[in-house]
This record gives sequence, structure tokens and C-alpha cells, in this order.
Amino acid sequence: MYDPTVARLTYRALLGRRRALILGALPLLLIVISVAVRGLTGADDQTASDVLGGFALATMVPIIGVIAGTGAIGPEIDDGSVVYLLSKPLKRPVIIFTKLIVAIAVTMVFSAVPTMIAGLVLNGNGQQIAVAYTIAALVASIAYSALFLLLGTVSRHAVVLGLVYALVWEALFGSLVPGARTLSVQQWSLAVAHKVAEGELVTSDVGLPTATVLLVAVTVLATWYAGRKLRSLTLAGEE
Amino acid sequence: MSTLSIDHVSRWFGNVVAVNDVTMTIGPGVTGLLGPNGAGKSTLINMMGGFLAPSTGTVTLDGRPVWRNEAVYKHIGVVPEREAMYDFLTGREFVVANAELHGLGAKAAARALATVEMEYAQDRQISTYSKGMRQRVKMASALVHDPSLLLLDEPFNGMDPRQRMQLMDLLRRMGDEGRTVLFSSHILEEVEQLARHIEVVVAGRHAASGDFRRIRRLMTDRPHRYLVRSSDDRTLAAALIADPSTSGIEVDVAEGALRVQAVDFGRFTTLLPKVAREHGIRLLTVSPSDESLESVFSYLVAA
Repeated sequence: MYDPTVARLTYRALLGRRRALILGALPLLLIVISVAVRGLTGADDQTASDVLGGFALATMVPIIGVIAGTGAIGPEIDDGSVVYLLSKPLKRPVIIFTKLIVAIAVTMVFSAVPTMIAGLVLNGNGQQIAVAYTIAALVASIAYSALFLLLGTVSRHAVVLGLVYALVWEALFGSLVPGARTLSVQQWSLAVAHKVAEGELVTSDVGLPTATVLLVAVTVLATWYAGRKLRSLTLAGEE
Repeated sequence: MSTLSIDHVSRWFGNVVAVNDVTMTIGPGVTGLLGPNGAGKSTLINMMGGFLAPSTGTVTLDGRPVWRNEAVYKHIGVVPEREAMYDFLTGREFVVANAELHGLGAKAAARALATVEMEYAQDRQISTYSKGMRQRVKMASALVHDPSLLLLDEPFNGMDPRQRMQLMDLLRRMGDEGRTVLFSSHILEEVEQLARHIEVVVAGRHAASGDFRRIRRLMTDRPHRYLVRSSDDRTLAAALIADPSTSGIEVDVAEGALRVQAVDFGRFTTLLPKVAREHGIRLLTVSPSDESLESVFSYLVAA
């Protein structure tokens, strides 16, 4: 199911050029903010939870998911270089699964690791907050990667659509419309974080069983459908 | 030895018919797919390569369907027209990756790079390559698994004459080895130099198929139209129409010129200056009015 050559090409495309800079910018910003907050307010569990929940999990993780998920396949489809993968005796789901693994790994490294560091800086993992949000980031990385990889496979406007989902749906609607929160990767991952953290600082609108089912369902369905779409992907000519 | 069969294939995009009921069989040797820009060549090649589903009809390679059949790529090498090709890799890395995707290794990649004579630049990044170098590395990536069918979409576009000659030699060699090589082009001379067998596509339709010389003759034997201005148009017209090489003359009063239709191209071109000299007429303009490739093609479609 996993092809090391496809993985190598995807890693190099993702981590090369400008994309690596964008991927690195947000985590850096998170750590800078954390150092500044810690310096100004000292170690405070509530503040740590606000920064990690409000910036790391609500903004940084989905944006990195968009960049890695759509970037793992979208540019290749756009510029046509995907033809070099498609013209090989290689099952389409293998291509998608491999790219998913790469997108997940990149999203995890660029979102969960800085979340952990920021958590340790903010309150030294008091009440398990750093670990809880890190696990939430890891879990969200999987679902976001699958969702945005699918978007990158089906749409030429994947980055825009992904950002609209991440920022408008999850951040804006999520805070205004209670129902929207149920259908939010962020809330599902928070349900997992809630289980890990001590106390009631980390909360979710979704119960853990529902969240787990939805996380698995979204990941599996998105990956399956992306494989299906790639099988019937047509490369239009220049004409 | 492979045979690619296109059987009553049509493809439309919305209301636009790009390929219209085309049936052709491509066998071993070099075949040229000739047609003006926008004729549907790329659409056809994309369907031959399994990157586009025919709206109706079937494309098969030795009886196996090409669409949605990944296994068929063990036998097909594709050289796409588009430039994009993982520019951040070196030529060698690119060809090795292509070999690995076929389950082969660095040895096969080295052999393919040697075939296209690109070893000297194989460790440079593809982004630094010229058009011709890119084309050769694409070629190496398509040859790496020793395919029996090679599909090339406008492979000579943007190449300089030397690069063009090298690629032609290579394709000729591939054809002589018994591979089925199909390349598309909108340039008559390119096809003439390389392919004995040609398939002509015009406006999505299959216009002609067969030996190049026969089709070329059909093209040169077609009525040629000329615009002629002279010091005495009417006397010239009378003298020209007396000869069987000319089938019709119109005096275009508004243009102040003759529109001559010649059926015997060779004979007419020697007749015109001779007749003019005999009658003491000065020729001011002699210009072919339908030499564009499109007009040659549309003649073929009508024939």
C-alpha cells in the first residue's frame, strides 16, 4: 500500500522551496507568542489552554493541514507532472495512501511538535495541557490530511476551499453556531484532548465515542474517495 | 511487438466534439499523427495513453483496454507535451524515480540516460535544463522499462534543429527495433522526415491514413490557388486558360488581380513565366493564396 518512491517525491515537493518556509512560519510564531506570554504573565494553566486551543489547534493545525494535504497532490495535478505517476503500473489507491502518510507526517511534525514545545514553555505541562493539545494536534493532523488531500485531488481551488473550511467553518461558524461544532475536526480532536487533560480546562462539544467514530469515518472515506477520483482523473490536453 | 487499436472513438467536452468517431490501428514502426493545432491530436494521444476516457468507443493495446488499467503501463512509455516534471530533481534522480515506479533500479535508469545521451548533464537540476534536454530526459523516463509502445505528444516543439535531428534518429532507431512509436505533430516536414506511415486528423475527424508519399501526393496534387497581378491581366488569363494545367481563372476587378486555380502544380509553375514572356506581359505579383497547412488539411478532408 505504501510506495517509497512516491513518498520521496512527495516529501521533496512538500519540503522544498517556499512551502517549507510557510510550513515553518506558523510554528515559529506559536513559539514566539508562547515565550512572550510566559514572560508577561508567568505560568498560567488557563492562559496556556487559551493559546494552545485558540491559536495552535484552531488556526495553526488546520492551516498546516491545508498546506501539507493539498500540497501533497494538488500542484502535481495542476501542472500535469502527475502523469509520471499515473503512467506507471501502480494502483491509484497506493499513490493516495502514500501521499496521505506523507501529508500526515509533515502535518504532525510541523503542528504537534511545536504545540508540545509551546505547551512546555507556557506552563511546563501543568494539568497535562501540553500533552493533551499535542495529542489533539496529532489526531487532527490525520483527519485534516485526509480531508485536504481529497480536496487537492478533486479541486483546482483546494487551498482556498481548505482555508475557507479551516478558518470560516471551524473558527467562525464554530464559535457562532453550536451545531457547526459537531461537524468540526477541531472539536473531535478536543474530545480526545479532554480525556487526556486533568481538570476541566480542555472541553469539547462532542463526546469521545462520537468524535472517534467521526474521525475514523472522515479519514477512511476521504482517502477511499480520493483513490477513486484519482483512478478516473483525466488529464486534459493543451488544446 | 504491440498494436494499438482505436475503435470508433469519440470524445466530447460539453458541447464541443474534440474527437469524432476515429478508428485507426497503430502497428510497429514509427507513425506520425499529423494535424493542425486544435485538431484533437492531444485528446487522441491522451485517450491512447489511458489518461482520458473516450466518450464512446474503445482504445486497446493488444486486446487489453487502456483506460483504468494500470497494468498496461508495463508496455507503454509516455512522453507528454507539458513541461512540468519535478524540476527540483536532477535528471538522474528523475529517471531513477521513474525506474523505481516500474519496479526497476538505477541500472535501468543509467541505460535509459545513456540511450538519450544525457549522462553529461544527469546530475544537474532539471530546472536548469534547456527544452531539448528536458525532452531527452522525458524520453529516458519513458524508455526506462523498455516499453513496446511509445507515445509522444508534439515531441519536437521548441527544439533546435540539432536536437530535433538527434531525437528523430532515436525514434527511427526505436521503430527499427520493432517498437510501436506514435508521435504527434502539426508540422508536415517533421512528419515527412520521420514517419513512413501517417494518420491525419483534422477538426477531430480522421482525414487520411496510410503511406506518407501517397498522402503527400494527394496534398501536392490538390488544386493550387494563386493571386496574380500583371501588366495585362486579361491577355494573361486567356493564355493561361488555354493550357490544361489551369482549371479556372477569375478576374477580380476590385483587387485588380487574377485568381488562378491550377490543377497541375509542376506544370503551372513553369508555364506562367513562359506565357508571360511570350506575350510581353510583366508579372507584378504571384502569390499562393492557400498554402497554409489548414487549407492542405481541409482539402484532404474533402478528398
